[in-house]
Amino acid sequence: MADHSSSETNRRDFLFLATGAAGAVAGASAVWPLINQMWPDASTIAAGAPVEVDLAPIGEGKAITLKWRGKPIFVRHRTKAEIESAKADDSKITIDPEPDSKRVKSFNGKLQEPWIIVYGNCTHLGCVPTGFSGDYNGWYCPCHGSHYDNAGRIRKGPAPKNLFIPDYAFLSASKVKIG
Amino acid sequence: MKMISRSLIAALALAGAAMSPALAASGHTDNPPAQKWSFSGPFGTFDRAQLQRGFKVYKEVCAACHSMKLLSFRNLSEPGGPGFTEGQVKTLAAEYKVKDGPNESGDMFERPGRPADRFPAPFANDEAAKAANNGAVPPDFSVIAKARTYSRGFPMWLFDIFTQYQEQGPDYITAILIGYEEAPKGVTVEPGLNYNKYFPGNKIAMANPLIALFDDNGKAQDPGFYTDGTPVTREQVARDVSAFLMWAAEPHMEARKQTGAKVMIWLTILAMLLYFSKKKIWARLEGGH
Amino acid sequence: MSEHHSTYVPSTGIERWLDARLPIVRLMHDSAVSYPVPRNLNYFWTFGGILMFVLIAQIVTGIVLVMHYTPHTSMAFDSIEGIMRDVNWGWLMRYMHANGASMFFVAVYIHIARGLYYGSYKAPREVLWILGVIIFLVMMATAFMGYVLPWGQMSFWGATVITNLFSAFPVIGEPIVTWLWGGYSVDNPTLNRFFSLHYLLPFVLLGIVVLHVWALHHVGQNNPTGVEVKDYAKDTVPFTPFATVKDLYAMVCFMIFFAWFVFYQPNFLGHADNYIPADPLKTPAHIVPEWYFLPFYGILRAIPDKLGGVLAMFASIGVLAFLPWLDTSKVKSGAYRPIFKICFWVLIIVTILLGYTGSQPTDKPVLTLGDRTVLDMVGFAQILTVIYFAYFLVALPLLGLFEKTKPVPASIADSVLGAK
Repeated sequence: MADHSSSETNRRDFLFLATGAAGAVAGASAVWPLINQMWPDASTIAAGAPVEVDLAPIGEGKAITLKWRGKPIFVRHRTKAEIESAKADDSKITIDPEPDSKRVKSFNGKLQEPWIIVYGNCTHLGCVPTGFSGDYNGWYCPCHGSHYDNAGRIRKGPAPKNLFIPDYAFLSASKVKIG
Repeated sequence: MKMISRSLIAALALAGAAMSPALAASGHTDNPPAQKWSFSGPFGTFDRAQLQRGFKVYKEVCAACHSMKLLSFRNLSEPGGPGFTEGQVKTLAAEYKVKDGPNESGDMFERPGRPADRFPAPFANDEAAKAANNGAVPPDFSVIAKARTYSRGFPMWLFDIFTQYQEQGPDYITAILIGYEEAPKGVTVEPGLNYNKYFPGNKIAMANPLIALFDDNGKAQDPGFYTDGTPVTREQVARDVSAFLMWAAEPHMEARKQTGAKVMIWLTILAMLLYFSKKKIWARLEGGH
Repeated sequence: MSEHHSTYVPSTGIERWLDARLPIVRLMHDSAVSYPVPRNLNYFWTFGGILMFVLIAQIVTGIVLVMHYTPHTSMAFDSIEGIMRDVNWGWLMRYMHANGASMFFVAVYIHIARGLYYGSYKAPREVLWILGVIIFLVMMATAFMGYVLPWGQMSFWGATVITNLFSAFPVIGEPIVTWLWGGYSVDNPTLNRFFSLHYLLPFVLLGIVVLHVWALHHVGQNNPTGVEVKDYAKDTVPFTPFATVKDLYAMVCFMIFFAWFVFYQPNFLGHADNYIPADPLKTPAHIVPEWYFLPFYGILRAIPDKLGGVLAMFASIGVLAFLPWLDTSKVKSGAYRPIFKICFWVLIIVTILLGYTGSQPTDKPVLTLGDRTVLDMVGFAQILTVIYFAYFLVALPLLGLFEKTKPVPASIADSVLGAK
């Protein structure tokens, strides 16, 4: 009698447990699409496809800002003097140490030192820094006063990181593909 | 930008007393002089003739570069505005060519403007505006009088709550228009920029727009520019167009202030009635207050 | 006041019929008519009612505005200008709603300060107080999202700066931000979801307010003496007409203050830059949040480390929830605590000064010695932040142990009529 009742209890426990688990899975599954829908949708992802940029029109000492994925991207053509000063400062970078050679990419095994391509959003809180300004004649963010050098490295101010480098690759000496 | 955020109503004296040396250090640009405006204060109304003159200035000077895309011709005859007649507005609108369509054959076509049309923009799009203006887009003027301001500094911004001073926008616009002058010694103005003593940083991309109306000595090219006999001076023109832009940014300002007076009177009466009711009811209590 | 019994007596047949089936009239009678109120409440106690009025006003004007607003990046700015220009009374609805947000915070800050001063967070009102902190947080989220809707420069850059705060968290930070945005930057999907939530949250707020009021009616109101009600007949008065008429009087006075801004200074509390349409490629010279966020923004900027700043900012609000246990004093009301009183006013001044630092450029000198900057805005904000947290984490726990308090009256009635 006692045995019979205890096995009954076990079977009932299992039934309730299985019901509860199935319900929980159903509930969680129903919630998932509600959370997942907030990720970028297909059209947004498609609009964010890689772009090719012709570098030829950007003269030495000039920079352009292009818009990709709703964010500005700075493309800066550095002069010899600017490259030298950035390299000379390699040892003075304290906030986010990175040598100048890590800020540029190579083409056919040759470092393309004149070209700095970075996201134009301050790594502090995403404002757009102004070019050719600040203490290092790189970029200066007017929001909270971050100074970047001409390689986009943070030198002074609240920003924690160097300007981010987007995924890009040289297709030729004067053409890059961003993304 | 309001450098001092106008918030800390309670902060007042305390913050101000502690901070005044810091505040004194801010800004090297001259503050725009305060003008007298017919529309300031709780009972202010627009001066219709001034708005009409200002519109003429906008139309013949500013409109070459600056759009006003939120305004329609009909607004010019609506209550609280420049007070043009509906007939005048109809004639004025018809002077413009407006793009419409597509027609039956699927083509866009141009037709004379109607009062319901928006003011046509001088450039087809921002890129065209940029290309024609050294890479800078001349801002739209629809709400410019509310989009421009200058720092009043402590404690002025605080007094402004009580004096209802809020004409930073038109004061600033007037100042910019009369602020062009030779750059002081030692200041280099890069090509494409102009020196203006009231512009933040002093170097402004826009060339003096009033040279269209005045010669180098500040004498009006056409003394009959205003048909109502108002003397044509730089200050007058600057004030008139600023007043017009203020109306454009806030077309219901008169209605707002007039409604405000009624609301204030009514609420004050209600508050008094409630105060005495409260006293009467609380008097029922021993030691009531 | 749980022991307070219902005094509702249904007088007509239909009232008796309804009372037996849904005692809603009884509920209203008990909570808004016969509800006993300490007889010594001062005017600071009228802000609860004022907040209720502002919340309802915001919901009503908001619903009306939505009838004319278009949540799309290319149309939002113009649709609001359409409300201002073409919609009948649109300017009134829009200015009431925009200034109403500020009024909401004016009232809530006074309400919170009153609670802090009179120890309204202490037992048995801990849950009531925590619900209040949650209301405050939901209010802030609602106000922030609402400010994005006009899609002006401050809307856009405010949204960018605030959403980017989440990127401070390691590993999950960046994905969270992309998820919040629904894209690679603040854009149309962001505007749409903020709009959706801005419409939803006020009703959530209303729900929490119901709980807040429920908790209040269960434990009863605190009062300036901090002494609990002992004898209903002597210590309390019925809500109606006594509190009703007093609350209404205060509410109308507050409306005059509100109307002053709506009709005469409608843009005083806003930013001129928000009349410039949003431009993702151009940052305004100086991004400043609305005034009611400034003290917390000041704390955020005081910490040079990004994650540290974000945590400090959230902590500065979160610490309020622990107040019932941080304050160790046996005496509830600040009126009988001489040292506490000084600390309280220091906290108020420090909070206001933090707001001031939040409104200023970070590198602006505060104290100079000749040409040398001795203290800049960040340094000043750091000092203030330390004092802010010291109030909660040092002063309140220690004061309970050391402070010599003044004698507290035996009862509320005694405080009003004088001890016999």
